[in-house]
Amino acid sequence: MILMSKKLPMILSLSKDPVQVRQEQDVVFLKNRVKEVAVRIKMGLVNQTRLITAASELVRNMMRYGNGGVCLIEVVSSGRINGVRLTFTDKGPGIPDIAAAMRDGFSTGKSLGLGLPGTKRLVNEFDIKSKVGEGTTVTIIKWANG
Amino acid sequence: MDKIPILRMGAFLLVTIQVDLYDRLALNLESDLVNMVNKTSAKGVLIDISAVSIVDSFMGRIIGNIASMSKILDAETVVVGMQPAVAITLIELGLPLKGVHTALDMEKGMSLLKSMMDSDDPDEQETADDTITE
Repeated sequence: MILMSKKLPMILSLSKDPVQVRQEQDVVFLKNRVKEVAVRIKMGLVNQTRLITAASELVRNMMRYGNGGVCLIEVVSSGRINGVRLTFTDKGPGIPDIAAAMRDGFSTGKSLGLGLPGTKRLVNEFDIKSKVGEGTTVTIIKWANG
Repeated sequence: MDKIPILRMGAFLLVTIQVDLYDRLALNLESDLVNMVNKTSAKGVLIDISAVSIVDSFMGRIIGNIASMSKILDAETVVVGMQPAVAITLIELGLPLKGVHTALDMEKGMSLLKSMMDSDDPDEQETADDTITE
């Protein structure tokens, strides 16, 4: 048997900042907060843009399909590198088929279906958990120079 | 309610987006612009996004929609001033903005629009031939 030697470094959370998202004005506020945090950890401009774009996609999903929710903004560190972790939690209807939702071009709304798969391409870590009838949680991490 | 101003300059419409777009604003811009193209029989639309730091899939779709809607109203759309980070993000997101003309800045965009207007039917025939022989 092959031993899995890939070491998972511990990810420490250095700051927590929950932001409620209920209406469109909150989206602008959230993007600004994410930007502030990214600038604070000296994330480069292109990575900032990737992170905020990813946040923009996820927050739209949360508003459209989950009736709003909470986004937790965290500064995380793993070894010597810092990053931003965003956790989007809604109490919406949940996603019955996550594999389908992660496919390019799949949408139950009338969008392009790029939101989830596109977001995954923009960030370093992407995790989605969903339970039908209970809600959806999406977690992303973008490292400062990842 | 915020509104993005649309300026008329000869046969062209100019739009400079100075704020970060949110969904409602982008949707309003789409319908305002298409109505303006119809009302003024504009031949070209120039959209300056140099002050826009984020274009996600929704905004990208709106830009694409404006271009195709204007196209069937006989107006060309040129998007100018996209920030490099936005270009990188759009491609990684999977949104290549097909069918949207782009130029680096306002000046180049303007001359692109003018050249597209100058090239009337005979030239269009030519380019059509080119693609066939290819």
